[in-house]
Amino acid sequence: MIKRTGAELTIQLLQRQGITHIAGIPGGANLPLYDALSRSTIHHVLARHEQGAGFMAQGMARVSGRPAVCFATSGPGATNVLTALADAHLDSIPVICITGQVPLSLIGSDAFQEVDIYGMSLPVTKHNFLVRSVEELLEVIPAAFKIASSGRPGPVLIDIPKNIQQQELEFADWPQPGVADVAEAAAIQAIDDAVEAIEAAERPVLYLGGGVVHAGAAHIAQLLAEKSDLPTVMTLMALGVINVEHPLSLGMLGMHGAAATNHALHKSDLLIAVGARFDDRATGRLAEFCPQARVIHIDIDASEFHKLRFADIPLRGDVAPTLELLLQKISIQKRDSWRKEIELLKELHPAPLYGNDLANPADLIRQVAGIIGSDALVVTDVGQHQMWTAQAYPFSQARQWLTSGGLGTMGFGLPAAIGAALAEPDRPVVCFSGDGSILMNIQELATASEQGLNIKLILLNNGALGLVRQQQDLFYGGNRFASDLANSPDFCAIARGFGWSTLDLAEVDYNQQSLMEALNTAGPQFIHVPIDGSERVYPMVPPGGANHNMLTGVDHGKQ
Amino acid sequence: MENSNQNIRQQAILELTVDNHPGVMSHVCGLFSRRAFNVDGILCLPLDDIKTSQIWLRVQEGERLSQVESQLQKLQDVHSVRRHPPDHAVFDHMQGFFQE
Repeated sequence: MIKRTGAELTIQLLQRQGITHIAGIPGGANLPLYDALSRSTIHHVLARHEQGAGFMAQGMARVSGRPAVCFATSGPGATNVLTALADAHLDSIPVICITGQVPLSLIGSDAFQEVDIYGMSLPVTKHNFLVRSVEELLEVIPAAFKIASSGRPGPVLIDIPKNIQQQELEFADWPQPGVADVAEAAAIQAIDDAVEAIEAAERPVLYLGGGVVHAGAAHIAQLLAEKSDLPTVMTLMALGVINVEHPLSLGMLGMHGAAATNHALHKSDLLIAVGARFDDRATGRLAEFCPQARVIHIDIDASEFHKLRFADIPLRGDVAPTLELLLQKISIQKRDSWRKEIELLKELHPAPLYGNDLANPADLIRQVAGIIGSDALVVTDVGQHQMWTAQAYPFSQARQWLTSGGLGTMGFGLPAAIGAALAEPDRPVVCFSGDGSILMNIQELATASEQGLNIKLILLNNGALGLVRQQQDLFYGGNRFASDLANSPDFCAIARGFGWSTLDLAEVDYNQQSLMEALNTAGPQFIHVPIDGSERVYPMVPPGGANHNMLTGVDHGKQ
Repeated sequence: MENSNQNIRQQAILELTVDNHPGVMSHVCGLFSRRAFNVDGILCLPLDDIKTSQIWLRVQEGERLSQVESQLQKLQDVHSVRRHPPDHAVFDHMQGFFQE
């Protein structure tokens, strides 16, 4: 017989799942887990706020594609991590959050640091557990991994009362680690219907979403696009699936997508949606999104069919084997006239040209990309800098790009970058942030320097909540209220205080050599870039508007 | 109910088999509230095996009903979802207990 406490059992089950890193913060209700963790080979990363721990786990999971784990104590520890779980839920990221809970006998008594995190996490997790006996851990831990990684991935929360962590259990055998269900393709009949529709279409567009990344199907998607000559758009979550320089790539669609891309979609007669969910930021006003198009919708999650847009041909199955079958069955096609039509749209709505003015956000992002190389992991916070990076960065591979898509959480960037650097210590990690976002999880500067991680944080400082101010300027008659951050701290002094090397690009007159040196120096580097506060993100579809009516910025003196 | 004839046409009865543990009702009811879908009747009792329960729901029949069914099917604790026509007897039998 094997004899373990609940805490030892939990840690060993995590090791058996292949977990090597856990981000978290200890507290009263999870101390037995931490005691057991101290005697394991798992590397613990001490976050400075539980939300940071949640985003570190997300960073690891987004880069590796495998479930990653974070720990938090009961009460405030648990409520702090909720935002990171909600974020993982909307972007379908497999995160497993283990919270300590007050002893079972005290649940419901308003005990110190007691909250009903089971109830609170219910709408923001794929599934959650409140463990009621030590025996249950043998089932619950593997089940959590299976659920988090099967089908459409998502976060799972396991709440473990302290007395169960301390209780001893004798058992005969270790359970098998929980693994993802086998990925199954869609039904053959539906695949044949899709092949027929694609071959008959005159103006098809392949519309790739985050599901293509989760399924590991980026390469197959590209082969399908090439074989059938399909112009391809990507959602924010899918950037990197096909190299944006690829002749078939139309880049990102939607609110801040390229104008030519949105116009091409408007003309399409067949939309092939793959692992995409017709999010409002991608579609604009739904009634005017691809109005002439029939829809083929490939998704592992059947509840996405017809949720927002009727699917003429729904294909329920894992994206990878389904695309594989489509690729086998589809014939080689050339769509010269459609491709030509799109080229005309591109001439009519040309993509911006990039220069080397490091005070210009898009130019800066391109320059950074050139210096740091195509293997870099690229993380952002949320706001204008995020959209500029999405528009300008030359993404070339899946899982290279980490951004908070569905929830749009400011504060995501730095801790997610830490997670990315933990998962891939040999790759450079660059995190673009803003002066609004960085302050939302700035305490994690301490974690990054403590871990000695190779993160280059580039802070674009425009003295404002830029995307808010942009909307106030455009849609609220220029009534700038509560969006001004002019009274900002000395960010470089703060970063140095946390043990980072710093560079203020303004102080060196936006000198490229200095930027290159900072990016090429190992360890955490904080690069502060004051930018012009009047820079806006264009093109832009007004919220609630149709994608083919984009503001281009021409009226505001900016193309 | 006074205009029950009119209501009957718009309603459907859903029968769910679910794991019997504390929290299942929260999962099911929470789904309805966060997806902004109305449920106007709920019955729940454990089955003989104690490990599973049956939940009967009376819901509005509308174009979003199949969306809700597929969302219900995604819940880990829900084993099956069956749709019955509005004239199913289960809620009628209970009607006697619901009087002012």
